[in-house]
Amino acid sequence: MSRAAMQGTYLAEGSGPRAWLLTTDHKRVAWLYLISLTAFFFLGGAMAVLMRIELATPAGDLVSDDTYNRLFSLHGIIMVWFFLVPSIPATLGNFLLPLMIGARDLAFPRLNLASWYVFIFGSLFALFAVVAGGVDTGWTFYTPLSTLYANGWVSTAAFGVFIVGFSTIMTGINFIVTVHTLRAPGLTWFRLPIFVWTLYATSLVMVLATPVLAASLILIVLERVFGIGIFNPDLGGDPLLFQHLFWFYSHPAVYIMILPGMGVVSEVLPCFSRRPLFGYKAVAISSMAIAVFGFLVWGHHMFVSGQSAYAGVVFSFLSFCVAIPSAIKVFNWSLTLRKGEISFETPMLYALFFLALFTFGGLAGLFLASLAVDVHVHDTYFVIAHFHYIMVGGMVTAYMAGLHFWWPKMTGRMYSETAGRIAATVTFVGFNLTFFPQFVVGFDGMPRRYHTYPPEFQFWNVLSSAGAVVLAIGYLMPLFYLGWSLFRGTHATDNPWNATGLEWQTSSPPPPHNFETMPVVTRPAYAYDMKGLEHERFSPHREEAAR
Amino acid sequence: MSFGIPFFPQEASSEAGQVDALFYTLLAFSLVLGLALTGLVVGYAVKYRVGSKADRTGKRSRSLPLEMSWTVASLVIAFIFFGWGATLFVRRDHPPADALEITGLGKQWMWEFRQPGGQREINELHVPVGKAVVVSLAAQDVIHSFYVPAFRIKQDAVPGHTTHIWFIATEPGRYHLFCAQYCGTQHSEMGGWVTAMAPEQYAAWLNSQGEGETLAASGEKLFRALGCSGCHGASSKVRAPSLEGIFGRPVALDNQQTVIADERYLRDSILVPKKEIAAGYEPVMPSFDGLIDEGELQMLLAYLKSLSPQPTAGARP
Repeated sequence: MSRAAMQGTYLAEGSGPRAWLLTTDHKRVAWLYLISLTAFFFLGGAMAVLMRIELATPAGDLVSDDTYNRLFSLHGIIMVWFFLVPSIPATLGNFLLPLMIGARDLAFPRLNLASWYVFIFGSLFALFAVVAGGVDTGWTFYTPLSTLYANGWVSTAAFGVFIVGFSTIMTGINFIVTVHTLRAPGLTWFRLPIFVWTLYATSLVMVLATPVLAASLILIVLERVFGIGIFNPDLGGDPLLFQHLFWFYSHPAVYIMILPGMGVVSEVLPCFSRRPLFGYKAVAISSMAIAVFGFLVWGHHMFVSGQSAYAGVVFSFLSFCVAIPSAIKVFNWSLTLRKGEISFETPMLYALFFLALFTFGGLAGLFLASLAVDVHVHDTYFVIAHFHYIMVGGMVTAYMAGLHFWWPKMTGRMYSETAGRIAATVTFVGFNLTFFPQFVVGFDGMPRRYHTYPPEFQFWNVLSSAGAVVLAIGYLMPLFYLGWSLFRGTHATDNPWNATGLEWQTSSPPPPHNFETMPVVTRPAYAYDMKGLEHERFSPHREEAAR
Repeated sequence: MSFGIPFFPQEASSEAGQVDALFYTLLAFSLVLGLALTGLVVGYAVKYRVGSKADRTGKRSRSLPLEMSWTVASLVIAFIFFGWGATLFVRRDHPPADALEITGLGKQWMWEFRQPGGQREINELHVPVGKAVVVSLAAQDVIHSFYVPAFRIKQDAVPGHTTHIWFIATEPGRYHLFCAQYCGTQHSEMGGWVTAMAPEQYAAWLNSQGEGETLAASGEKLFRALGCSGCHGASSKVRAPSLEGIFGRPVALDNQQTVIADERYLRDSILVPKKEIAAGYEPVMPSFDGLIDEGELQMLLAYLKSLSPQPTAGARP
């Protein structure tokens, strides 16, 4: 790209490590996160591929049992805490939240940069644990295995996760304050894009739930290092207490992960259907309902743990309740397409694939909320398949939709549309091939976290392992064509998708302080049915420069 | 199936068919709803693609009646599945009174079982067909989980707790027994087989194993060897309460409260005796924490339970 086209944008505001590592521009902090999270995603993914290769045969012939246990533990720890939880909020959210609400930056720009440093510091702790010998407790750190018997670097990894929690809390506080105080004139709550609503809901959960995780991890370190009895029955503790504390954080955490993905899809589907989001208010309110109900269902991870059967009944009831707002969203997204002018660019393909995978993943959740069925499929591959449908099929697919949707805004460049569509399709096929067989083999009774397994389960495992290879290709492709587009991609216009939303009304890439003049909002979100959209631009100078 | 590829797991317990009925109903519902939604989205995507001549009049972006009806419909369906699953589930807490009681102990990385007659088994469990069996589970080191897919049952064994699972095997055969809760290095090798046999064959098998010592008998020996009988014996009532008929009885504590002497209370009284002190006695009992292992604790509990007149099988006061 010509240097001229970049002039006046945030990308031209100084180069070199100092200009990036000491930046307080939310758009540059988003890039810091994007690069680190991409590294973690492929690291965690590589571990998953190794596991799938091991599982292609029933015997444990590729890696030893201890190595396998370390692989799935680190895969979980990395993917949950160092990728999924921060993924959309810290990258797309960081970049877009101020742009979407017409602000010059987040409320606390320096806190935002600090959160990245805390994140890196904490994740290096955990990476050190990997290099030093690994962790073999599973990402769930269940006691007393984690406190008494596990032979790995549990304290180090737990402390790393503990530190990363502070970065999550910082981001959450920053987003909450930003949404409350920095909205442009006229941008009322019910004119906010759903992406902003979901970031807000996610931030609330981050701020309220993460401290509980921090407390439980510190208690583990206390018990492991100082022998203080909290979870160990020999010291007067109770192992079930840990599960209560852990899931009190970790169940809301899955909503931290999925809510922003729902937000992304709520932006993309209307844009490529040229229709307003169906039932906007219901979608906004259901995001908040998910955040609230999400706090009340942790016990559904403990139906067979020995917790009272009647507690199980209550948690099952509440778990069915949390399914309702998700169902409402699926209906609304589907109806958004009705009578639209639908086109199938890459972000839309990813969004449609999200819709399918999230729907089936969510329906599988009903099986798990049903007590008697959960007793059978709990801790089997059925559960693995369910949460990968939501977390990977749902969340990561939404992340890819968002990345392709806002890539022109972030970089000022277009990527190859053909490559994008192929990658989306390969991902969709690979994903289903990997994870659908796991539903079947889980119902057949194959427990999770098994290094070896009885031979009758092999057929489904071979399918799943083959799918993992296809899926890996689907995820590697964007690395190349998006990377290529950074240097060779054609220039993006300010609003290549002809979308509503304030972020499209400034230049691509945006100037350092986002808007030349303070935007004033006079319309609801997703006003795709109103005329004259393409004539409203707040900083037309970028367009002239691009010509 | 015909190629040795399992689609549907075997049903070999009274529970299995009922769980599967709910499972397949959920499956049918999910496929119908999921495919209908997929069909709707694909249909819209084709019909309303850019440039198509489809009728686009009458666009709507909200519809209160429609949104209300799918919300209410979702609620009703959710509550049906909730009620169905919960009804089957609460039966876990109510094993038949005449159930056969087997004790199971999970430790890294094996299952150890003790038949009512005292016969010990490692990674094998023999049960009669057609009779209710309760397995009382304890864990020596970390959490394990007793899982028999063909029976559709699973229960964690948790250190410091006694948990229970019951079932009625319906089909003779050998079925996988797995540990479902990740328990360390050889988690995937921890398991074995449950063999369900016709009652006559089960009786013959028991005989062939010889008269083992029952868990309660072992417990009684231990009770003397550890010196418990010195204070708790039937004749000595000065320093400590007699334990005759203790199980399931209310016990008055020195803090004016009353607790039921269940497994939790007995276990705590042995390991953490100062926690709840019976009214009228000095807190002189020493803790046996660290002196006896989980298996020995199970023996003591079995002995104490045998001192009560009522049937102990599955009784949880």
